[in-house]
Amino acid sequence: MKFGVIVFPASNCDLDSYYAIKDMMGEKVEYIWHEEEKIEEYDCIIIPGGFSYGDYLRCGAVAQFSKVMDAVKAHAEKGKLVIGICNGFQILTEAGLLPGALVRNRDLKFICGTAPLRVENSDTAFTNKLQPGEVIEIPVAHGEGNYVAQDEVLQKLKDNGQILLTYQENKNGSKEDIAGIINEQGNVLGMMPHPERACDPILGNTDGRKIFESMISYLKGGR
Amino acid sequence: MKIKVYVTLKDSISDPQGTAIQGALTKKGYEGVKSVRIGKLIELELSDRPEAEAKQAVEEMCEKLLANTVIEKYTYEIV
Amino acid sequence: MNLYEELGLKKEEYERILELLGREPNELELNMYGVMWSEHCSYKHSRALFKHFPTTGKRVLQGPGENAGIIDIGDNMAVAMKIESHNHPSAVEPYQGAATGVGGIIRDIFAMGARPVALLNSLRFGELDNSERVQYLLDGVVEGISGYGNCMGIPTVGGETFFNKSYEGNPLVNAMCVGVIEHDKIHRASAKGVGNPVMYIGASTGRDGVGGASFASVELTEASEEKRSAVQVGDPFMEKLLLEASLELLATDAVVGIQDLGAAGLTSAVCETATRGEGGMDVDISEVPRRESGMHPVEVMISESQERMLLIVRKGQEETVNRIVGKWGLHSKVIGKVTDDGRLRVREGGEILADMPAESLDSSGAPKYYKDYHEPKHMKKSRCEDLSKIPEPKDLNKTFMELLRAPNIASKEWIYNQYDHMVRTSTVVKPGSDAAVIRIRGTEKGIALTTDCNSRFCYLNPREGSKIAVAEAARNLVAAGATPAAITDGLNFGSPEKPERFYEFRESVLGLSEACRELDTPVISGNVSFYNETDKAAIYPTPIVGMVGVLEDVRKHMTLDFKEENNVILLMGETRDEIGGSEYLSRIHGKETGEVPFLNMAMEIRTQRAVLQGIERDLFQSVHDLSEGGLVVALAESAIAGSMGAKLDIQSDLGPDRVLFSESQSRFLVSLKESKLSLLEQALISEKIPHSILGKTGGENLQIKINEEEVINHSIKDLETNWRGAIQEIMEK
Repeated sequence: MKFGVIVFPASNCDLDSYYAIKDMMGEKVEYIWHEEEKIEEYDCIIIPGGFSYGDYLRCGAVAQFSKVMDAVKAHAEKGKLVIGICNGFQILTEAGLLPGALVRNRDLKFICGTAPLRVENSDTAFTNKLQPGEVIEIPVAHGEGNYVAQDEVLQKLKDNGQILLTYQENKNGSKEDIAGIINEQGNVLGMMPHPERACDPILGNTDGRKIFESMISYLKGGR
Repeated sequence: MKIKVYVTLKDSISDPQGTAIQGALTKKGYEGVKSVRIGKLIELELSDRPEAEAKQAVEEMCEKLLANTVIEKYTYEIV
Repeated sequence: MNLYEELGLKKEEYERILELLGREPNELELNMYGVMWSEHCSYKHSRALFKHFPTTGKRVLQGPGENAGIIDIGDNMAVAMKIESHNHPSAVEPYQGAATGVGGIIRDIFAMGARPVALLNSLRFGELDNSERVQYLLDGVVEGISGYGNCMGIPTVGGETFFNKSYEGNPLVNAMCVGVIEHDKIHRASAKGVGNPVMYIGASTGRDGVGGASFASVELTEASEEKRSAVQVGDPFMEKLLLEASLELLATDAVVGIQDLGAAGLTSAVCETATRGEGGMDVDISEVPRRESGMHPVEVMISESQERMLLIVRKGQEETVNRIVGKWGLHSKVIGKVTDDGRLRVREGGEILADMPAESLDSSGAPKYYKDYHEPKHMKKSRCEDLSKIPEPKDLNKTFMELLRAPNIASKEWIYNQYDHMVRTSTVVKPGSDAAVIRIRGTEKGIALTTDCNSRFCYLNPREGSKIAVAEAARNLVAAGATPAAITDGLNFGSPEKPERFYEFRESVLGLSEACRELDTPVISGNVSFYNETDKAAIYPTPIVGMVGVLEDVRKHMTLDFKEENNVILLMGETRDEIGGSEYLSRIHGKETGEVPFLNMAMEIRTQRAVLQGIERDLFQSVHDLSEGGLVVALAESAIAGSMGAKLDIQSDLGPDRVLFSESQSRFLVSLKESKLSLLEQALISEKIPHSILGKTGGENLQIKINEEEVINHSIKDLETNWRGAIQEIMEK
């Protein structure tokens, strides 16, 4: 099993994701440069947080055109796992791999803190080690994490159980309190909160491990 | 009455946003994009008043709030 | 007006230039002298006092004089740090001023080859409550720091914010950056190797920031508005690429020296690298990448466009540089070469535009002044002020809540929650504690970081106030379980050409020096910002102490929150009748006067040692240092952080307001299991450290009885709502 962490210019949670997988989960992981075109060897792609290309136009708008993103699309089409965290979520929506968009937080301020998240669907590749209704504490750090989508899209997300995680306390203004969603096929997750920041016991919170444990268990075929 | 105010960075000020987008456009294959500058469009709706009065009010708003004339300049048009 | 006067040079300075060159300087040369001999670059009014600072010690690998200071933390690891001010630009354009301040200090750290791992910010503004202007400045500055630091992926883990009317016209923005580096990877800003190429990497040069250095040295007046184009726009994306490219380059052996282009731009960078290296440099400015056409050579040489670096490259390795820099989407260009004839030559193609002795531009050649000084008049008056007449508030419970809501005491989370303080997943103790703690990946160690300065104390008594700033910074680190190691100082003062202001500066330097010597925390880097005054008044003297401490085992860090019910609450240190300069006296009684609290350095050292030993022996559940607001504020903070009440029964001969709000030094509030109490008391008795058992943790209220009479009783929930919400309420009103 091998994870790949994509590095765009000005990704900055690449290192955190890398160490979370390597040191905390004990799995193989490598960085993937944004110009890479071949990523077949990876079972799961992590698109980390940061400010890819400065996020100067819209978050994720420029990153979606990177060479590696074509490969990520092909990877996703094969049903392999992709998780986009924070800026990664934004890139996935810009690239059309997930519906909706992320806009500026309701109060127009960057928010950094720890958010209690409710697990809405535990029957997925990303949440099988969690219980429905369980609340996990996951760090957040974003200026544009306000999830928006048209009503019919939201309805579809609800009907299909694509909403995985919701905020207990909605500080950024997201529709339906959405913190994380999956695609229809269930192999691509986008979430604003940072599970990789909640893996190491020295940081006082290991709730994020359950997301990665779920993915590893799924990849081992033991879901 | 409607007024459109355009706030942009002064020419001598670097525009990181514009530069990044210029790079992205070039990368996408759009050749000959020599420069990109980004600014804000602000639409105001004022109660009707003589044009001179409106101009004075808008200029004051620009100077005091809408633009920071340290780094930005503004233009406006009465629609 | 003569050109030299317009450039801020004095007549005698101009005459000195004539002497050094043996001829009239041309316009470019004069401009280069102008920026290099400005206060900002030459430290001409402060340098003479620096000799007092202790700058060496067993941990010091690099003292002042480089881009940043470096200390050894063991295991072949070292920590680089520096603080720098960006006050004037932030007053004029708060977002960009603060953002570029952060950008500049980050470059100083990675120019040493260190990976920046933490940012701190020390901010000063006018009174927040009723000033739209102050709120605008705070909002913009915080957003600027957040915008830049967050994008860089460097956590902003700490700092402090203080509001006082003296900063009304002159807000202070001091940014501190800390980096980690292995010993053998340390790089210095020197141009070694005759014939080695000088390369330019990063953003193109534009007209922004032209004159920034001299701009920063002129008192802010109405007239300075015309110079406003001196403010630059920060580009954190470019900086992030520059950071990654630079560190990747420094891991090869292609780079001999590296220097960021900061104040005085290219002029300063070529001059400093040349004088630290072989002595000379030859630069062709037609090779300098430009953003605008038609730039004058003076503009190219003194532009302060951001996100640029200068490299001295091993001859023949230019391609390595091009390849790595290109990978990060940046351009590199050879713009000159190292010489050893002691001359700084600037040419445009074949034409020589400037030719001067490199050393004469540098601080070694720049003028040095030791101005007259005398004690400010207010000091004697406030020293003699009889504070015994200050009336005891009728309702202490209410007074306490009022104090807890004061912007200087209230939680600063409205500020730090806009900063990404967790990125890099190494922030073990987050903002809102006495000190932030960062683990050093790959080792068991951690470092603790803080910035501190009670400028009200420094106003009333600059010498003692500065000593207190160092002692309190150390106390913050000790409360986190770290051994204080070194400081970087951000010295913010009024005009050194005014005797009262220079007195404050001089006293402050002497106070810092004395305290740093006694606490064994050498000064390894720093920055001076003068002329922080308007036509009306100067700022309070503000010597900001940025301190780093070391934890051998980061798992043994300590925090301030009450942990469990029925723990004993104990106060280490002695509370005296010391409300002079206190937040209580200022906020409740509207007075900023009195003698500052007495600092007994021997007692301070013993107490800090006892706390560290106690943490080492696992005696404590929580440790919190006492500062603004005194005992009761410390109690409230520990209670709120732990969501746990406390019941205290205090016996004292002092007035109840003194017991609660006095800001006596060298005190810690600790909580511990009853079973550990006798061990702690033995230690305190043998070290002759005064202490008193105040009560126990538990319940949902903070209840305090003084001499059997209940004076404080609030629910923790209430305290928390008020303390957390106060600043947000003002900002979102």
